[in-house]
Amino acid sequence: MEALSNKRRVLEAKPMTFAERIYLPAILKGLSITLKHFFRKSVTVRYPEQKREFSENFRGMHSLKRDEEGRERCTACGLCALSCPAEAITMISAERKPGEEHLYREEKYAAVYEINMLRCIFCGLCEEACPKEAIYLDGDIVKPDYFRKELIYGKDKLVEAPLNQ
Amino acid sequence: MTTTDIIVRLVLITVIFLITLVIAMYSTYAERKVAAFLQDRVGPNRAGPYGILQPLADGAKMFMKEEIIPARSSKFLFIVGPSLAIMTACIGSAVIPWGQTLMIGNYALDLQVTDINVGVLYIFGVVSLGVYGVMIGGWASNNKYSLLGAIRAASQNISYEIAMGLSIIAVLMTTGTLSLREIAAQQHGFWSHGWFTWNVFKQPLAFLIFIVCAFAETNRAPFDLPECETELVGGYHTEYSSMKLGFYLFAEYINMFISSAVMATLFFGGYNFPYMHHLGLSANWVTILGVIALFIKIFCLIFFFMWVRWTLPRFRYDQLMDLGWKALIPLAIANIVITGLVMNFIK
Repeated sequence: MEALSNKRRVLEAKPMTFAERIYLPAILKGLSITLKHFFRKSVTVRYPEQKREFSENFRGMHSLKRDEEGRERCTACGLCALSCPAEAITMISAERKPGEEHLYREEKYAAVYEINMLRCIFCGLCEEACPKEAIYLDGDIVKPDYFRKELIYGKDKLVEAPLNQ
Repeated sequence: MTTTDIIVRLVLITVIFLITLVIAMYSTYAERKVAAFLQDRVGPNRAGPYGILQPLADGAKMFMKEEIIPARSSKFLFIVGPSLAIMTACIGSAVIPWGQTLMIGNYALDLQVTDINVGVLYIFGVVSLGVYGVMIGGWASNNKYSLLGAIRAASQNISYEIAMGLSIIAVLMTTGTLSLREIAAQQHGFWSHGWFTWNVFKQPLAFLIFIVCAFAETNRAPFDLPECETELVGGYHTEYSSMKLGFYLFAEYINMFISSAVMATLFFGGYNFPYMHHLGLSANWVTILGVIALFIKIFCLIFFFMWVRWTLPRFRYDQLMDLGWKALIPLAIANIVITGLVMNFIK
């Protein structure tokens, strides 16, 4: 049969030479390679003490933002929960009472806002869905825990710190 | 033998036993560090500075683990297996000369538990007993993987014992004695009569065969087929847990230490070091330096064991048998013949 290309090569299995058959030269070569690595600097990043720089668009822990007057921006519309593919977000809304205008930006706010960090896949769709620019995934890595219930983060962990403190 | 002698011997045995255990413990740490350095990593570094408390943490972990004895196993043999493995590993140290004679006041203390005149044969006896721990444990587990591991261990150890024994015969022809103390004494210093005194320079081929067989006898890579985890789960210790597993793993490191000590004594001059009698030191100081020299040699050999483990891939089983029966045994026999001819016609 004619060859399709000129790249065809006939390989012949050469019998091993004596040096190859007694293994020893190859073993010594291998040992010298590993010994070179013995004196090489390790590439390990010692994680908790030493951290790599994150990329600019790294998505970490969520934070619920406040506006320029320190009021919570979230209006509990539920779009973030709706957009969440992992169904990690739940919330209970409440109506703003007179006298609470300095706390909440809109008439409706989230009384309870929980994100289950075990379900969250950090895709950032909640951030994209939010019409009020209230949620951003701009935090650090979420720390592990021994108990599942500790990983359902409420408003105490998610809301940004107040402005004047 | 006086009462003092007996007490001194007991103290010596205890000290050697403790040193063996500590070295075996820190061999596990060294193994992980060496593996890490050869792979550009850091290795254990969390328990204590540079991770030096890691062996203690590992030991504590082993004791805390649940002890499982399979319902269908032979319970008695299941417990005897690891006990035998660690016992045979430990008793090999009895005939190794750790140093020359130490003078304490008027008492001459030989740094050797007992100098039996068939020391080399004793070592071989202990080595061949060593396979029973593995075999009994693997068989008693009543598990096909354990059984296969045990069968592999048995056939591998028996095959390589022959080559090991034949390689040592050539050495014994030149030394003319079976006592390890005399063999060490013959390698006095480093250079005499225009040639090296150490046996490794007189019998390099025997040393090569011996070290390859030592790898096989201690079930170390590249001959760690009895416990090869890619094929046999855990090999002969698949069913073992808790400290019984710890005993098996520990026995491997003790074996490595003892076989390094035997190799250092047989081939690298034991406690002898170059210029030992030209330094102008008193006899006791030379003895102490000799003990240190012996341990340095042992540590280098242990490092070599680890270095090889993290370099070479595992042999296939038929390659292992090929190497043992078709290469090492004929080579060892040829070495004996050549040694005999040279001794007859040259000396």
